Amino acid sequence: MTLFQALKTDRGGMITLTIIALATVVVPVCNLLVPESNPFHVSTFTMALLGKYLCYGLLAIGVDLVWGYLGILSLGHGAFFALGGYGMGMYLMRQIGSRGVYGNPLLPDFMVFLNWQQLPWFWHGFQWFWFAMLMVILVPALLAFVFGWFAFRSRVTGVYLSIMTQALTYALLLAFYRNEMGFGGNNGLTDFKDILGFSLQADTTRAGLFIASGVALMFGYLSCLYITRSRLGRVCTAIRDQEDRVRFIGYRVENVKLWIFTFSAVLAGIAGALYVPQVGIINPNEFSPLASIEMVVWVAVGGRATLYGAVAGALLVNYAKSYLTVAMPDAWLFALGALFVLVTLFLPRGVTGLLRKKEVA
Amino acid sequence: MRVLDSMRAFMRRDQVFDFLVPVVPPDLDLTHGVILYLENLNVSFDGFKAINDLNLYIDDGELRCIIGPNGAGKTTMMDIITGKTRPDSGSAWFGQEINLLDMDEPEIAAAGIGRKFQKPTIFEHHLVIDNLELAMVGDKRVWPTLTARISGEQRDRIEEVLQIIGLSDQAKLAAGSLSHGQKQWLEIGMLLMQNPRLLLVDEPAAGMTHQEMDRTAELLTSLAGTHSVVVVEHDMDFVRSIAKKVTVLHQGSVLAEGTMDEIQNNQQVIEVYLGE
Amino acid sequence: MTIRFYLTRAWLPLLFLLLSVPPAIAVSGPAAEQQLQQGLARLVHGNFQEKEAAITQIATSSDPKAKEILEALLAGKIYRLKKDNTLVYTARKGAKADIIGVLSGNALGTVKKRAIKKITINNRLRGKLRGQLALIDLHSSDPKQRLAAVNKLIKTLDPASAITLETLLQTEKNTKVREALLTARAIIGLRTDSGERRLQALENLQGNLNPAVKNELTSLIAAEKDKTVRLKAVATLSSIESEIAFYALLEKIFFGLSLGSVLVLAAIGLAITFGVIGVINMAHGELIMLGAYTTYVIQQFMPNSIGLALFLAIPAAFIVSALVGILIERTVIRFLYGRPLETLLATFGISLILQQSVRTIFSPLNRSVSTPAWMSGSLQLNPVLSLTTNRMTILIFALLVFAGLYITLKKSSIGLQVRAVAQNRSMARAMGVKAARVDALTFGLGSGIAGIAGVALSQLTNVGPNLGQSYIIDSFMVVVFGGVGNLWGTLVGGLTLGVANKFLEPWTGAVLAKILILVFIILFIQKRPQGLFPQKGRAGA
Repeated sequence: MTLFQALKTDRGGMITLTIIALATVVVPVCNLLVPESNPFHVSTFTMALLGKYLCYGLLAIGVDLVWGYLGILSLGHGAFFALGGYGMGMYLMRQIGSRGVYGNPLLPDFMVFLNWQQLPWFWHGFQWFWFAMLMVILVPALLAFVFGWFAFRSRVTGVYLSIMTQALTYALLLAFYRNEMGFGGNNGLTDFKDILGFSLQADTTRAGLFIASGVALMFGYLSCLYITRSRLGRVCTAIRDQEDRVRFIGYRVENVKLWIFTFSAVLAGIAGALYVPQVGIINPNEFSPLASIEMVVWVAVGGRATLYGAVAGALLVNYAKSYLTVAMPDAWLFALGALFVLVTLFLPRGVTGLLRKKEVA
Repeated sequence: MRVLDSMRAFMRRDQVFDFLVPVVPPDLDLTHGVILYLENLNVSFDGFKAINDLNLYIDDGELRCIIGPNGAGKTTMMDIITGKTRPDSGSAWFGQEINLLDMDEPEIAAAGIGRKFQKPTIFEHHLVIDNLELAMVGDKRVWPTLTARISGEQRDRIEEVLQIIGLSDQAKLAAGSLSHGQKQWLEIGMLLMQNPRLLLVDEPAAGMTHQEMDRTAELLTSLAGTHSVVVVEHDMDFVRSIAKKVTVLHQGSVLAEGTMDEIQNNQQVIEVYLGE
Repeated sequence: MTIRFYLTRAWLPLLFLLLSVPPAIAVSGPAAEQQLQQGLARLVHGNFQEKEAAITQIATSSDPKAKEILEALLAGKIYRLKKDNTLVYTARKGAKADIIGVLSGNALGTVKKRAIKKITINNRLRGKLRGQLALIDLHSSDPKQRLAAVNKLIKTLDPASAITLETLLQTEKNTKVREALLTARAIIGLRTDSGERRLQALENLQGNLNPAVKNELTSLIAAEKDKTVRLKAVATLSSIESEIAFYALLEKIFFGLSLGSVLVLAAIGLAITFGVIGVINMAHGELIMLGAYTTYVIQQFMPNSIGLALFLAIPAAFIVSALVGILIERTVIRFLYGRPLETLLATFGISLILQQSVRTIFSPLNRSVSTPAWMSGSLQLNPVLSLTTNRMTILIFALLVFAGLYITLKKSSIGLQVRAVAQNRSMARAMGVKAARVDALTFGLGSGIAGIAGVALSQLTNVGPNLGQSYIIDSFMVVVFGGVGNLWGTLVGGLTLGVANKFLEPWTGAVLAKILILVFIILFIQKRPQGLFPQKGRAGA
């Protein structure tokens, strides 16, 4: 089945992609070209917020691919997201150069503050954009590959696997909190100045990042659509429903899981890399188990095993979060907790499940 | 120089890393006319001997029925053949050359052994036709699966199997909506798509009406000859209708072997089935 | 009012010490008092030499006030009134100062700062004061204080101390203090010119674990000319060092077991719910937290009997957590049986709600739960090995809880039903076991144990809303490592992981140790997916 054919059978996807494509064009236009006095003007703040949501959408697709289609509940996707973010953050730190508080041309401020004399080996190369982007993809992929290689080969499944992924991100959280790790400790990386020579404060750069996020989301959506509609996609859902049977008809279940998991980690890494310049900071909190499990809730709310559901869920939940954390800060965790319980009990197919009445998943 | 050689080997495009290379089993060698050798097999679970010094030989093209009371080790035996359970000792050979104990489930499936489970296990969320397509023989590695397209020839083969299992009209239905008997057939159909040399069929008649059972019997007998078929079944009428040779398992080893008539008159077998 | 102001925290323990000095030490009241008065008089007038003599006079007066006076002098808190040279303690209050008569102990009101002048001392006098204070402690009636004084003395030994030691040795009855005195004497022996005496001293120091001895021997070896003495010293030192290493090992094992016992306590409830119902309760950590908060609340109600409150907290925490657990099971988990991943998500949601509730009710700040006196302090086995009492208690407590739970599951009828359901749910139901009721009870039991774990944890760490969060992953690791559904596995698994963690820590640091353990467990379940003690039967495959 070609991608075009696949898209024709995915009505929700068509709608979602159209909306994203429109937003990718309209929002920057409304920000840059429409004067501030005009009611159609979109403020830079709003655009950054929407851009953040787009990154979350891409991340949600990755989570949905492994959970909704493959049946692996990953509670550690935040780790891949954060690693991608750190990759970008390291590039942005190196771009600051001598404009930092301490004015050291080579060392980022926090290293000067810690009295470090030279750049740790793993910071080398990040002054090049292409290298940083390569790492944004490779590092999450490598982590997912190594972890998955061990976990899937030994047939760790179900809650075992979920807790293992949570432990993975928890361990990384602890590690990144340490100053000695060389990633800025609990302050993380921040105070970025510019990207590829464009100032991060400029509206045009912001618009560019927003467009990049929109394009990445569409690209991620289409690639996931291609996978899920291919024979491999059907093998995935088959693994989710009857893992043993798939083995007995001759598929290497562990390899399928490994590659899909790794691909999903790459999507998360890219999302993280796009997220960081738009919010202006990356710190170890992105590794926290809560952050990862929130991503699962986006997908659960939107409706798993539908890609557009994942995107919709990410937008809905994060809009609610942005609203509630400002309006009633205490209520947010109550609401999030209740969301977990209510969705699993009453809405197993998510919000989009209400829209599709009877359709085979 | 050696470094260079190893570098060259590393860079070769047709050979990836060792663990990614599919292990190609040797070809099936049936020069002695025997397709499956199980010799001196032993398996125990926490002291309970599920398989006790089991010896069993299946001839090429044979249809063999295996009966035995609950706990006789029938399912465990199938688990060993298909790589799900590792025996404590003994050997299992597929033809002359293929050592089943060195292989895992997908390898064994690729080598030509198909298995139908006791409970019908099909992909309920997939269409009937998709179930068959997934089972179809072919390159089952990840990338080829991603880019796979059905050829006309393959489509014909699927149609053919749909006819054999009598599900042509249901081809575009979700497999979950089939009746119990139809699910059993679909699973047998999936085995056929794999083009196996040896079919292991666990309780194919369970939950079937008489008409369905007759059709199943017909199907299995027609498969014998081109395939070797091992049927585990409880229903004696069904066994009688298909069996040429019957093996009785009891407490993990072979109690008796012979035609249905011989078995029915065997004193030990009568004791096992009735005496307790 | 002034008195209370004067009793700042630093002075409180001192006052207790003074009160605890019995009259027997203060020989002949009036004579002592007279000597003290003379000393004080010289302190007012004299130059530094005069002051030094005054200090000796005060210190040897045996007057109970002597120590307080010298300490105050050392701290620079003794002043004299310019008008009549009365010595006073002062507490400054802006431009004025509250004064208390040194000799009388009476509050003398408030004076202007100009009216008083500080009694100054120099470094030489400071050294003198410290030495004299140590001597006063050496004669204290409390053996603990004497021991502390001797150990202090060991660090600052000089040849002159020898005489003091000899006199003390003649009267000392307490074995521990005697031992310390003998150590001190031997150390002085090491510093003599006579090779023979040095050898003798080495003989006496054999196996002595006092840290001062090790230092002394090290410096002796560096400087020693006499070959036999040096060889002997090296041998003595290495035997002491190997002994210290042995005790360090013991201590590490103890720390490991202590950590392990906490892990066992936290994990054992999870082992029950996971083993029997096959459900991962992500709110397990929060049930632990509830237990800790229960302890806190009960202590708030009875602040005067902390020990009793702690004992009451055990059943109370069990009940609170068990009830919450049963509530969770009945309202949420029950509807999700057979869907473990959904259960995981739903219970995680519950954990968030519980955390936030606690934050709303008790504030997000940490609360500290007091430890009863008998649980604080430590058991000093020898100079290099001491076991903290609270960790000991919790280790024993964990074993008791384990034993209690084990017996409950093995011997009681509810235990039988629980085990039946764990092994074969449908068969148990066919035999007339009410599986739903057993599920609820099991869940209640597991949750209750979590509550008890919370009581224990409240004695080790601060109680806060995030208390439970970090335990869920560790507990799960213990359960996986030990083997699901096996209590012995949880015990062995927990203790092993605890000890392993403590052994790795000095090499790798705490964080890396955690990561290594995690990697180890991932590798471990490659080899033994069923854990250390797999559940019986082929159903588990």
